[in-house]
Amino acid sequence: MVEVGRHQNIEVLTYAEVKSVSGDVGDFTVTLVKKPRYIVEDRCTGCRTCVRYCPKASPDIFNQEIASGKAVHVYFSQAIPLVAYIDENCLNLKEGKCDICVGVCQNEAVDFRQTAEKMEINVGTIILSAGVAPFDPAAVEEYGYGTMQNVVTGVDFERLLSATGPYQGNILRASDKKHPRNIAWIQCVGSRRVTPGENSYCSGVCCTYTQKQVILAKEHDAEAKCTVFHNDIRAFGKDFERYYQRAERLPGVRFIRSYTSIAREVPESRNVVVRYATTDRGVQEEEFDMVVLSVGLSPPADARGLVETFGIELNSHGFSKARPENPMETTRPGIFVSGGLQGPIDIPESVFGAGAAGARCGEHLGYRRGKLSRERVYPPERDVAGQEPRIGVFVCHCGTNIGSVVNVPSTVEYARGLPNVVHAQEQLFSCANNAIKEITDLAEEKGLNRVVIAACSPRTLEPLFRDTLREAGLNQYFCEMANIREQCSWVHSKQKEEATRKAKDIIRMSVARAGHLEPLAEFDLPVNKTTLVVGGGIAGMTCALSIARQGYQVHLVEKTRELGGMARRIHATLEGMDVQAHVDDLIRSVYRNPLIHVSHEAAIKSVSGYVGNFTTILESGGGRKEIKHGASVIAIGAEVYRPAEYLYGENDRVVTHLELGEKIAAGDETVVNARSMAMIQCVGCRNEDRNYCSRVCCGHAIKNALKLKELNPSMAIYVLFRDMRTYGLKEDYYREAADKGVTFIQYEPDDKPEVEAAVNDAGAPCLRITVPDPILGCRIQLDADILSLAAAVVPSPHAGEIAGLFKVTLNPDGYFKEAHVKLRPVECAAEGVFLCGMAHYPKHIEETISQACGAAGRVLTLLSHDTVVASGSVCEVAEDDCVSCGACITACTYGAIEFCDTPAGAKARVNPILCKGDGLCCTKCPTRAIVLKHFTDDAILSQIDAAGTDEEIMREIDAGVGDA
Amino acid sequence: MCSGRVDLEFIFRAFANGQDGVLIGGCKLNECNYVTHGNYDALGNTYICKNIMRRIGLNPERLGIEFMSGGDGNRLAEVVNNFTGKVKELGPIGKAEGIEKKTLKRDLDAVRTLIPYLRLVEREKLRAPARSERAYHEFFTSGAVQKLFDELIGGELTVSRIVSLLRTEPLSTGEISRMLGLDPSEVTKHMNRSSRKGLVAYDTESKRYSLARSGGRV
Repeated sequence: MVEVGRHQNIEVLTYAEVKSVSGDVGDFTVTLVKKPRYIVEDRCTGCRTCVRYCPKASPDIFNQEIASGKAVHVYFSQAIPLVAYIDENCLNLKEGKCDICVGVCQNEAVDFRQTAEKMEINVGTIILSAGVAPFDPAAVEEYGYGTMQNVVTGVDFERLLSATGPYQGNILRASDKKHPRNIAWIQCVGSRRVTPGENSYCSGVCCTYTQKQVILAKEHDAEAKCTVFHNDIRAFGKDFERYYQRAERLPGVRFIRSYTSIAREVPESRNVVVRYATTDRGVQEEEFDMVVLSVGLSPPADARGLVETFGIELNSHGFSKARPENPMETTRPGIFVSGGLQGPIDIPESVFGAGAAGARCGEHLGYRRGKLSRERVYPPERDVAGQEPRIGVFVCHCGTNIGSVVNVPSTVEYARGLPNVVHAQEQLFSCANNAIKEITDLAEEKGLNRVVIAACSPRTLEPLFRDTLREAGLNQYFCEMANIREQCSWVHSKQKEEATRKAKDIIRMSVARAGHLEPLAEFDLPVNKTTLVVGGGIAGMTCALSIARQGYQVHLVEKTRELGGMARRIHATLEGMDVQAHVDDLIRSVYRNPLIHVSHEAAIKSVSGYVGNFTTILESGGGRKEIKHGASVIAIGAEVYRPAEYLYGENDRVVTHLELGEKIAAGDETVVNARSMAMIQCVGCRNEDRNYCSRVCCGHAIKNALKLKELNPSMAIYVLFRDMRTYGLKEDYYREAADKGVTFIQYEPDDKPEVEAAVNDAGAPCLRITVPDPILGCRIQLDADILSLAAAVVPSPHAGEIAGLFKVTLNPDGYFKEAHVKLRPVECAAEGVFLCGMAHYPKHIEETISQACGAAGRVLTLLSHDTVVASGSVCEVAEDDCVSCGACITACTYGAIEFCDTPAGAKARVNPILCKGDGLCCTKCPTRAIVLKHFTDDAILSQIDAAGTDEEIMREIDAGVGDA
Repeated sequence: MCSGRVDLEFIFRAFANGQDGVLIGGCKLNECNYVTHGNYDALGNTYICKNIMRRIGLNPERLGIEFMSGGDGNRLAEVVNNFTGKVKELGPIGKAEGIEKKTLKRDLDAVRTLIPYLRLVEREKLRAPARSERAYHEFFTSGAVQKLFDELIGGELTVSRIVSLLRTEPLSTGEISRMLGLDPSEVTKHMNRSSRKGLVAYDTESKRYSLARSGGRV
């Protein structure tokens, strides 16, 4: 968010509504209305003084209205922009009575004369990211939400858990403000239900968010008893299976598979009684201190309005209507969607879907890329080498955030007396535009060469202050922040004197450190504009096409003779997409695109270089070629498990789902005319060998079952499953299959089905399957003409080799590891290397398409710059001190350090582009030859030395003098 | 900068400066945003430091390490309150342990000269077999590792402390053993070895050891 807020090419318009959209792709005119905040945005610094003084209570919407806020709000503490707004409950707006906020705002930001502002903007494409709305259980009386105080929703509970939540991170019951010790979660509230007012689809995220809440609730209170009443556990995402196991194994945690209802509230205790049924004990009732309704995701409240305003169509559930071949596209050209408006999806899918929507826009607008972008221009840097440190200290009041606790004038006075400080002053808001100007002006006027900002945490505003120094012609690494807000005034609000003393200590330490700061250069590395895509399946081809359509060269490398990959074996998707037609179309487009160069039967021999500048040696068709490229995309796909169980390979009536699909498409008569068909799910995964869910198999089973029912309605079909994981809108097809008479039988992993070859009643050979039926409570026997196995998806056998070549890592299951599982799902930790498709994790075709375009979007973010900037705070080796022990090399997880031959022997040398500046190597080097710039031993030790009290320091100095 | 950047030198320097406690804060274990997981290195260093603190008579409780995320503001406050409470209870460094200020300073200086060696030992011998909190605890509290500490660090530390002591004045074996609270036979063993290495010289007349001309730099 901070990045969006600060980006020079992103204009953020908050509190605004789109009224209409006219024109066409490439030239839309969007009319919008900016609602009055009654706060002047560029004056407000988000200090919340007005919030503190406002006398009028108003619901705190961000905190689910659990606690009350004020009529003037900052929506939440990390809001971008960090600007207050005044709502309709304000006494001034209602009755013209109160103007306390006007008086207390020291920046004169309150303006009650503001009116709605109409704006027109011209854009080439539009992305709709209207999000989702949590399902509102108040609509269904039986849930007791709104009538029973201790029934909360998952979103309410999320806020209760949060440190910035209504009770500062304490989980409290609304009825008595006591900690609940015994909490129940009820799954599928508002999801997977056909009752009026609820959604028929699966929301896809609630199983895992509940598990997270259970884990966090146990962290809050290790003694808490947690019970989750669930339907299928849908842990289909990457690492979700392990996460579920982690939650389930916690002491005092129960997962109970049962339909559940809320029976009543106990009047005295306000506890909630839940009624449920288990196969062994029948219907029972249990009392809980708190019940959390795991509410699902609904389309945004104003989704229907989008139809009107944007002229797009929605599907029957109210999400954007899309073709599976192009899941980011709406029905109106030039308008795309990302996130929840696509349907109920999790964070990683939202993130790569957003990248994909961006890439699609790029395909339309690539020809005028960069025409409107702005770049900052800075004055030339002053050379201060050899100068004594001349430190300026700016102490921020942060409105009253710091100033009401810390005696700011006295800290300024104190700072003036510190060594090397030539200027110290206070500022009302150091981050306000006028204050920034003051810092730049004074830096020049007083000849400052180091600046200490004593204000808030560097986390948010350090980039701004570094920028300020650049504006002043100083190297940005001469900036040092002393955190006297989060780490001082906020935590010691009741101990003013001590807080002032502590602020002085912090400032003294920062000043000491500032004296040791050195100017550092950031590296500008040229970016080669070519991309190498490894793997010619749907993922690789889609990604290559998107990059090429934005005007960049792509080398597409395929290890086999033909493009198409695994998709060549899939004929249709559950939603009815003709996969072969789509693959043919992709292949044609790839070959026709002059910017895409395909290498068949190719093997990668070596990869060297780093972000922006890779060199790959390729062997293909007997020849060897060298490709120079700036970005790499790994899209090598995955394979299917060859089952060793259930007579596969021994009896030709046993097939995999993939083979079954092929046989159906080929019209194989033994399959199509079979009288009975059994399917066993989870073959080869969700076990000790492969502790993950293959994600796609439940959908495949339903797809095949529906197709067979269509071709041969009398066929008896049995699906033996552990948890049906037809997440999202696929749930509708699961229901359809059940409606059409497909029988679903659940089994447990410790009591798996048994399969033997047998002869049926009619004397024909068949497969006899014995399985315990949990509902009937006995073992049942099924005779099936054909048995189809949901064989697991397994990582490509080449994954390890490719990972080694590109210096990226695999997760314990053998899939490529992303830089961040939620927030950076298409990037590897090694910069400039991206990934998409099944190489990342099993996924459905439309998800692969979305991720492939998402990877293309991230590639473009890199390639659209002429240079990449590498941080100046990296390690460096003083070669004279290096004893060639290699300790630093083994410590570095980025492979940034290598031995180099020098006249004095092999010496460690850091490649600053690969170094991430963690500094681990510095603590391993026995001779202190390796130094992390900006966080040098000298700088840190000076801070540690300055941490002592004045008296102690004086004594030390005296003692030192005495020694000499 | 990663918590793994917290150097042994930083910790001992703080104690040498008279700080009563040092608390290291790191990200949650196994939740590294990168691939570094350097917080485990910080944890390993903490075990090493505590062992050395014990050897020079300092209460190892003066050093703490806690792992938390950016969202754990309340936990941070709790952790810091508990830690400062504990350190206050322990009392001023040295004084509470009955170590003279001068002695403590000298011993910490001795430890600090040993840091390059400690790094080598850490690298060669003190890496826990698996990266989990439990594996670290089991490894560093195991008898085998305690023995390693005795063998690899104990002796070196004693020599370093003796050298530190001799920097002020020449001393006899008896005086050294008294001042460091060591068995005279152990001191003799170290002195013999150190004089062979040319670290110290024995003056037969005064029957005292002094630093060799090299200055006793290890």
